[in-house]
Amino acid sequence: MSGHDDHHHDHDHSELTETQLRVRALETVLTEKGYVDPAALDLLIETYEKKVGPRNGARVVAKAWADPAYRTRLFKEATSAIAEFGYAGRQGEHIVALENTPAQHNMVVCTLCSCYPWPVLGLPPLWYKSAPYRSRVVADPRGVLADFGVTLPQGTKIRVWDSTAEIRYLVIPMRPAGTDGWSEEKLGELVTRDSMIGTGLPKSPKDLAK
Amino acid sequence: MNGAQDLGGMHGFGPVVPEPNEPVFHAEWERRAFALTLAAAMPGDWNLDMTRFARENRPPAEYLAMSYYQVWFAALEAMLKERGLVADDEIDTGHSLHPPKPVARTLSPGDVAQVLHRGAPTERETKRAAKFKAGDKVRAKTINPVTHTRLPRYVRGRTGTIERVIGCHVFPDSNALGAGENPQWLYTVRFEGRELWGGNADPTVAVSVDAWEPYLEPVA
Repeated sequence: MSGHDDHHHDHDHSELTETQLRVRALETVLTEKGYVDPAALDLLIETYEKKVGPRNGARVVAKAWADPAYRTRLFKEATSAIAEFGYAGRQGEHIVALENTPAQHNMVVCTLCSCYPWPVLGLPPLWYKSAPYRSRVVADPRGVLADFGVTLPQGTKIRVWDSTAEIRYLVIPMRPAGTDGWSEEKLGELVTRDSMIGTGLPKSPKDLAK
Repeated sequence: MNGAQDLGGMHGFGPVVPEPNEPVFHAEWERRAFALTLAAAMPGDWNLDMTRFARENRPPAEYLAMSYYQVWFAALEAMLKERGLVADDEIDTGHSLHPPKPVARTLSPGDVAQVLHRGAPTERETKRAAKFKAGDKVRAKTINPVTHTRLPRYVRGRTGTIERVIGCHVFPDSNALGAGENPQWLYTVRFEGRELWGGNADPTVAVSVDAWEPYLEPVA
């Protein structure tokens, strides 16, 4: 599927306008028929635009870094460990946490559509849903990491998880060095969205100071 | 179906280009198309597997040329029309021209939080024993159904190892057809990169898919 960067010609512009009109028309029809309530639509949008996003996952990761008992629960049964924060439900009914180690780096994809752990990461970014990522990460994950400016040590193996069923995967990156004694809140600031998908690494204390 | 959605291993799409500080939605119509898709599933009474099939079931050139939410929206229109909930003349005029069909449920604002929080778990009880256990060698079957399936082409015919017995889950190939949930054992199956991509592939890469039992056959 094409990305938004492709939409810069007049042709594409008019196509988008047509889509805009069509979406509006359908919403009106469905509302007039009583099938949808626009106030419910507003709430759905607000939920994923304002409330649910990667800060949720960052809190989970930070707790896994700071609290060994929580870490154990998370790797044993992630869905319930994540629900301790109140994060649960749609597109996160069955979550598995993946542990990055010096020996193995995990990356998550959905080659067939766009499966993604909504309760902890929100809606997926465009690149995650795009053909370049979905086609290439299963065959050339190091090349994809290079697109993100990430180089792994030679000895680190890569495991790619293709989300072909209703299991949703959350990568738990390695805790950065130099963070001993940090609070969960401060650790959470190091956790990026991409580090929980596997296309990035957490920030370092130095990055945070910038 | 062997459609354009099954992208794993294809070449030529170019680099992955992340967008710095990307917004959740890129246009107002994307917001509405997203929310309409979620809300219409209740009166539409379709399941997620039917939705996925409606999205992938279009000519590959068309699928690849459309943006993500354009695919969502086209699938939504198609499913509404198929079920007789909306007619072409209504979409064209932007108004309801025919009496609404009775529907079992709609999404009220007061239910949004609860519906999202509940989600739709797909694990089911079963009395059947799982055929495979962790460590078993399996081959992904060579299948080419024209209907919905979640076995990607790049693993078909390839040999892997059962890494985890996940549980018994709704079987999409059946559920997408409206033929019932037909729950089946689901496994995480690990494939070495070289098994998938040949001898020149990176030996330090492994890929897993989650595969239902009917997709797999034992390897002696």
